[in-house]
Amino acid sequence: MPSALARAPLITPTHVVVALLFATAPWWITRIGLYPYLGVEILVWMIFALGYNLLLGYGGLPSFGHGAFFGVGAYAFGLAQLKLGTGLWSSLGLAIVAAALAGALVAAFISHRRGIYYALLTIAFGQVFWFVAVKWHSVTGGEDGLLNVKRPVLDLGFAAFPLASNTAMLEFALAAFVVVSIFLWRLVHSPYGRVLRAIKQNETRAAFVGHPVWLYKWSAFTISCAVAGLAGAIFCLAQQSAYPNVMSLHQSGFVVMMVLVGGGLVSFWGPVIGAIFFILARDLLGAYTEAWLLWYGLLFMGLVLFKPEGIAGAWQSFRARMTPSPKEGGGLA
Amino acid sequence: MSQPLLKAEGLAKRFGDRVVLQDVGLEVEEGEIHGIMGPNGAGKTTFFHVLTGQHKPDAGRVTFRGEDITGLAPREIACRGIARSFQLMNLFDDETALVNTMVATPEMRARGFDLFSDAARLEAATERAQRALADVGLEHQASARAKGLSYGERRALEIGVALASDPKLLFLDEPTAGLGAEGTERIAKLIGSLRRKVTIVLIEHDMRFLFGLADRIAVVHWGQVIARGTPEALRANPWVQRSSLAA
Repeated sequence: MPSALARAPLITPTHVVVALLFATAPWWITRIGLYPYLGVEILVWMIFALGYNLLLGYGGLPSFGHGAFFGVGAYAFGLAQLKLGTGLWSSLGLAIVAAALAGALVAAFISHRRGIYYALLTIAFGQVFWFVAVKWHSVTGGEDGLLNVKRPVLDLGFAAFPLASNTAMLEFALAAFVVVSIFLWRLVHSPYGRVLRAIKQNETRAAFVGHPVWLYKWSAFTISCAVAGLAGAIFCLAQQSAYPNVMSLHQSGFVVMMVLVGGGLVSFWGPVIGAIFFILARDLLGAYTEAWLLWYGLLFMGLVLFKPEGIAGAWQSFRARMTPSPKEGGGLA
Repeated sequence: MSQPLLKAEGLAKRFGDRVVLQDVGLEVEEGEIHGIMGPNGAGKTTFFHVLTGQHKPDAGRVTFRGEDITGLAPREIACRGIARSFQLMNLFDDETALVNTMVATPEMRARGFDLFSDAARLEAATERAQRALADVGLEHQASARAKGLSYGERRALEIGVALASDPKLLFLDEPTAGLGAEGTERIAKLIGSLRRKVTIVLIEHDMRFLFGLADRIAVVHWGQVIARGTPEALRANPWVQRSSLAA
């Protein structure tokens, strides 16, 4: 009998290709007119978008306020370093925990909802976090945010690397991305991931075959927030500051656009493509015009209208046309 | 006498001022196929919803293997070994037939919060899922997506998903809805082949179909059980003969 369910390898060739691409970036990125810090930014967004897609692509749960948890991670990292004086690892850990806790709290209020009500609640909660960041001067520094966050030395026990240079930051962000992408790759192919996808397609039926739907929705949100928190923490480290803008509605919108444009609904790697595409578009279009978002927005609308499966979806249909074979199912492969 | 597998007594349900069920009872013995028939709007599906947890009854009691399950959530009822199929199809449309049944297996329920192992390597779950597909005659379609299956195949998969959860008791809500004569015949054969493997409660419009399969039948009308008995006994029942229900 043909196996209808392909086994998922621990690491795919795509993992290796993406990792090599970024690992070698310091040697070529300036030659093509870009700069290492851009690589850092892209990696941060890749982490954020991959984690977000667990929720949107795999859980079918539209969170439009996810920037809040990216921001919680950034602020938590900054605060841990500035107020508690913790080192790199514990600050990162605290940022992840803080974002996960914030996510768990919000998820507790929204996980019985779905569709538009779910989306609206996430926007409302996202704005609450943004508002707190702006108004709670004594802790968050208000509009100015947290300044003078240091880039500490990365101590691995056997060796230590200063993160002061953007090249070092790039390698550090890449390491984080590799860990996250393997973790999420395992996750979406695990029994948990399978059930989550089933819930996306049919909550009622999932409950009637005995799955605790609420708990899955709650935990998917929380995990996705933890990943967003890690991305936020690395962003804070890279920017050496955290400010309200990182948790604004814009930020939340960007990650949605990245995931959709890249094709997160049909491919695990969609968000990665989307993040690269978005940041490059920002820099390259932005060099020509202040109104780059207008052009990007038009592109986004065109894509939603004509190819809602995004870049990854276009690639998949192109490949399907090149190799005509009976299509085996799998959806998000 | 041994206790029945499922016992419902005095179930009542109203939506607003519309009484849908009043004082409905049912006893299902282990191993039987128990039919429920009645005209459209008689309350059959609501009755199923109350028994499987979709709706809480306003009054009455449901016991399953001696345990009170009245008003439990669908998930809790499912975990105790009651599965159901749906009149309007309720599948995981983007998944393959195999994943549809696999997600329903008790193994997946037990390992659902395992975040790291590969679901495709859960031998027990895949084997049970494949068995469920074979039971409903869909093993050759294991890797086809649910939404790409024919209507009749989707009907069969609907039952396959319920079977994969390894139920003690299986509720089938109009499994032949929308099928032609040939499809109905196939589903009848399929349900017949499940006899003795699992206890079945079957809602059906099609009298010929139901009379050929069921060991006992309850006739529901206006939210009440108006007659019950073996198909032979019911054929002689004046109400059934008089009504348009008679085959």
